[in-house]
Amino acid sequence: MSPSPASIPPAPADAGAPLYLERNYLNARRGLWSWLTTLDHKRIGVMYLVLTSAALFLGGIFAMLLRIELLTPGPTIMSALAYNRTFTLHGVVMIFLFMIPAIPGIFGNFFLPLMIGARDVAFPRLNLLSVYLYLTGAAIALYGMIHGGADTGWTFYTPYSTTTVTMVWPILLGAFVLGMGSIVTGLNFIVTVHTLRAPGIGFMRMPLFVWALYATSIIQVLATPVLGITLLLVAVENVFGFGIFDPARGGDPVLFQHMFWFYSHPAVYIMILPAMGAITEVLSAFARKNTFGYRAVAFSSLGIAFVGFFTWGHHLFTSGQSTVDAGIFGVLSMFVGIFTAIKIFNWTATLYRGSIAIRTPFIYVIAFLFFLLFGGMTGIALATVALDVHWQDTYFVVAHFHFIMVGGTVAGFLAALTYWWPKMFGKSYSERWGIVGATLIFLGFNFTFIPQFLLGNEGMPRRYYSYPVRFWPLNVASTAGASVLALGFLVVLATLLLSLKYGKPAGPNPWGSRGYEWKTLSPPPEGNFLTQPTYPRMPHDYDDLNPGRGGH
Amino acid sequence: MNELMRRMLFLPEQGSAYARQVDRLHYFVISMTMVGFVGVAATVLWFVIRYRRRAEGEPTPTIEPRPIHEVLFVGGPLALFLVWFAIGYPLYVRLQTPPRDAMDVYVMGKKWMWKFAYPGGPNDMDDLHVPAGRPVRLLITSRDVIHSFYMPAFRLKQDAVPGRYAETWFQADKPGRYEIFCAEYCGLGHSAMLGTLVVMEPEKFDAWMTEARRSPAVAAAQDTPDAAANPVATLARQGRNLAVEYGCMKCHSVDGTRHIGPSWLDLYLRKEPLEGGGTVVADEGYLTESMMDPGAKVVKGFAPVMPTFQGRIPGPEVAAIVEFIKTLRTDAVHPAPTPGRAYEPVPGFDPTRSR
Amino acid sequence: MPAAESHVAHHFPDLEVQSHAARLGMWLFLATEVLLFGGLFTAYALYRMLYPSAFHGASRLIETSMGALNTVVLITSSLTVALAFHYSRQSRNRLAALLLVATIGLGFVFLGVKAVEYAHHFREGHLPGRFYRYAGLQVPGASMFFTVYFLMTGLHGIHVIIGMGVLTWLAVGAWRGSYGGDYTTPIELGGMYWHLVDLIWIFLFPLLYLI
Ligand code: HEA
Ligand code: HEA
Ligand code: CUA
Ligand SMILES: [Cu+2]
Repeated sequence: MSPSPASIPPAPADAGAPLYLERNYLNARRGLWSWLTTLDHKRIGVMYLVLTSAALFLGGIFAMLLRIELLTPGPTIMSALAYNRTFTLHGVVMIFLFMIPAIPGIFGNFFLPLMIGARDVAFPRLNLLSVYLYLTGAAIALYGMIHGGADTGWTFYTPYSTTTVTMVWPILLGAFVLGMGSIVTGLNFIVTVHTLRAPGIGFMRMPLFVWALYATSIIQVLATPVLGITLLLVAVENVFGFGIFDPARGGDPVLFQHMFWFYSHPAVYIMILPAMGAITEVLSAFARKNTFGYRAVAFSSLGIAFVGFFTWGHHLFTSGQSTVDAGIFGVLSMFVGIFTAIKIFNWTATLYRGSIAIRTPFIYVIAFLFFLLFGGMTGIALATVALDVHWQDTYFVVAHFHFIMVGGTVAGFLAALTYWWPKMFGKSYSERWGIVGATLIFLGFNFTFIPQFLLGNEGMPRRYYSYPVRFWPLNVASTAGASVLALGFLVVLATLLLSLKYGKPAGPNPWGSRGYEWKTLSPPPEGNFLTQPTYPRMPHDYDDLNPGRGGH
Repeated sequence: MNELMRRMLFLPEQGSAYARQVDRLHYFVISMTMVGFVGVAATVLWFVIRYRRRAEGEPTPTIEPRPIHEVLFVGGPLALFLVWFAIGYPLYVRLQTPPRDAMDVYVMGKKWMWKFAYPGGPNDMDDLHVPAGRPVRLLITSRDVIHSFYMPAFRLKQDAVPGRYAETWFQADKPGRYEIFCAEYCGLGHSAMLGTLVVMEPEKFDAWMTEARRSPAVAAAQDTPDAAANPVATLARQGRNLAVEYGCMKCHSVDGTRHIGPSWLDLYLRKEPLEGGGTVVADEGYLTESMMDPGAKVVKGFAPVMPTFQGRIPGPEVAAIVEFIKTLRTDAVHPAPTPGRAYEPVPGFDPTRSR
Repeated sequence: MPAAESHVAHHFPDLEVQSHAARLGMWLFLATEVLLFGGLFTAYALYRMLYPSAFHGASRLIETSMGALNTVVLITSSLTVALAFHYSRQSRNRLAALLLVATIGLGFVFLGVKAVEYAHHFREGHLPGRFYRYAGLQVPGASMFFTVYFLMTGLHGIHVIIGMGVLTWLAVGAWRGSYGGDYTTPIELGGMYWHLVDLIWIFLFPLLYLI
């Protein structure tokens, strides 16, 4: 009964398959307990969806508070201490509670097994454990936010973080636990990819989203422990005063920066690679084309994962490292940019002679391409050491990473969400409101962060509670843009939530995609497939549409 | 052209030749970014419009790349990026290498103010006075957490790290007042840790400096509250008091007589033979190292008996003592400014040494 | 082997794939452990380079003989755990369980020796950071040596304790005959973990005690 690959026509859904499977993973078992103890990767993905979206909104509210405070040069709505805590919370929530776990946690968990024809990830119990680690870490960190109110920024630079009067250890411990969750997820994915690919899915046949997750997992497994020990050291230092980073006791505060960025630079690729993978899928599906340069896109993920480990020093250009080090880190940062360039060019080439449907997810794809391109090029500009001296710790850097993280990762997240939503919940959402939301986000985003590039050029340092009057106009523009952005997010949220109740059944394959994950019903049954699908073609092979080629 | 681009990009005014040079790189990089961005974006949009879906079930060709594509995709951006780097890196190196004839100013960040000290001159808070048209070397440190000394108009920034000295330099074009920011987050007063650079006509500066030197009381009056407890106006004089206080004078003389340790007279920039071979030039770096890790390089003919002062003397006081040593010269000529780095923060590892 | 079949989870095609997955997962986990310690080793290397003589002097203050004894203890325990795995494969479950208990015993010996050493350091004031108060060695970096020493051995000690917990659980299982024959993966993995704990010590011992 399940649709075999050849029987999935482009669109609409196969007439033979049921539009909506009555007994699916969502309702096969009932009650809260069945969710809390579930070992089903799909349910775990949905749990991550709820949790990380909540984190996104929490972080977004902090962001709006920041922007409101920055509306006027002097104090606006809060004190300097409150402001410092707010941007710390904003950074910590966004990075550790949203960016790192979101796409692997939600779409990785949900789709990786579906995409390789497996019934689950290799270690379902560990998978559930990762959710609880996430919850525990989040709880500890949130406790620390309420009771300790760390004001260190998300980078926890010593000796500030070890001497501040606010309580930082809960946040550090929380981040440590979250890191463990991230390691568990990564480890699980690597093993799953190695051991559970269905017959017919060789390594060079895996969907590119799987490749991206695989590369991400390698970074997660290799880099996160270093962050873990670093954060523990800061916590120990902060609580006991062992002197490990304390110059007065012979310690070296810059050692902390090296150890922190050794994780945190690769971590930015933990944040962007899964989004890149998701974009590859969405782009191919809506251009109805095979991905141009499959190998190049697959291996560039590994390239990013590998070279990304050797560029951390570009965060320390002004910290007094030797000029030789700065040169090496600068050049390596350029190299890592090449892999992203490869992807961007291949995505563009994929569009060539495609059959492009401009639907909601595809708007996010375009946004993603533009913002990643510009954000990435400004990253290279930052790695041009002389320019970084002016830009380091100014709003230019803030704009750079928001371009990549909001314009890139969040756009990738939304593309994935709107693309896979029908598969996950079996319902289609209002296309019109989807496009309205995407447009608002696109416009609001530009208005929020382009002024910040200019602010950085003007010389406004980041983490400034108050600022000289000459920075005022651009700050107002940025705050105005952020309001539009927040509105856009609300529209998206409402559109998707309403579709759960009022949406029409989507059918197994509403977009006519040839991604492997569409070979099952929407929503998928508990065991993923009613019958094991076969994989006679590459993912996103639309060649059979050609008269006389392949076909059925 | 420069003015137009500068305004379009919202860059602050250019206070030095270096700033103009960096800005030229800036324009180049941003233009290239724009060209690349517009190029790729236009292609994407063109494809989206040209190949939009006109009918359901439209066939599409399967297209695979040829090697030339891969080469272009890698080579194009790589060449571009390396050009940026090739221009940007020498500029950076230039900023990190102060010219030999630069005048020294010690900069100390602390929560939440900037302190400036001139060798043999006054201490000053928040206002940095320098002459126009002369290179100024800044020796930057912090006494509590990390700060970052940032002068947007000079495109210059250097972290102030406790326990070590970093250096940078600039040469202001013309008299004026410029902003100094703290760019590294340092707590509550971070955004209020502002200073002003006051660039003066060289003659006026010299007059100002002479005046300040002559009246230590005036200089002391401007001093910070905590330094006021130690009513010494000049860094070097402060250094002498400190040297007495820490007991340096028990082993080192200031008049050239031989004691337990080498005399400090004319020590600065002297070439010293080392115990176990080799020589060393007694510059700021060596002097500081000798206080922190006295066993590292022992001058020939002396026993390695000096105790270490690592962690016992805070950074600014080390600077003061070094300044004091620098003033101890038989010839009255003003010492030439130092070549190279002032302070090598990481004492070199010396495997030949045993305890 | 129907007994073994029941250990295969529904999403694995067979036991072999499942064991392969478990082993791969364990190797990855061990890699993360190595990197966790890697951070401390980096700190050790940096500070040793900054304060060579202080580190040299401070490492004289800890008893090489104690460290050597502990090295022997741990290596022996690695042997017993390997033997446990060996006998478990032959389904000699009771013997395997006893060997695991012996390993745990050796773990206790290790911790005991370590406790004696720690007590000595506490008496003498060989302590990290601001707690350092040993008059015999007042050079910069001496307290840093003990910071690094306590962090490294402390983290290692925690790993020993966790390892002992895991081994206890395995010993109970082995005694009950839950493993044996084809199905010995848990003992194998537990053994791998214990070997890693041992291996890290083999690096710590020369770095902290000998050089
Ligand atoms: C997902 C997050 C993410 C990603 C992917 C990146 C990607 C990159 N980042 Fe960014 N970065 C951050 C998040 C991220 N960054 C954050 C959070 C900070 C601040 C941390 C803090 O201090 O709080 C930061 C800070 C930061 C700095 C330090 C700034 C400072 O504090 O002084 C630098 C410096 O080099 C840098 C560089 C780069 C580079 C070179 C890339 C490259 O990987 C980019 C590669 C992409 C491209 C190069 C685009 C594709 C190019 C083309 C298609 C070529 C076009 C072709 C032609 C024109 C021919 N980043
Ligand atoms: C994933 C990462 C991520 C994301 C998505 C964002 C999203 C946003 N960020 Fe932030 N940001 C960081 C990561 C991120 N940021 C990091 C790491 C830092 C550095 C912190 C540090 O210095 O330590 C930072 C710092 C930072 C600053 C600098 C603070 C400073 O240095 O002083 C600013 C200032 O404008 C800012 C703004 C914003 C805005 C306007 C958004 C918008 O995109 C948010 C849009 C809104 C939503 C996503 C939710 C929608 C909300 C609602 C619907 C609720 C409506 C509520 C009200 C109107 C009150 N961010
Ligand atoms: Cu000082 Cu920020
Ligand atoms: Cu980086």
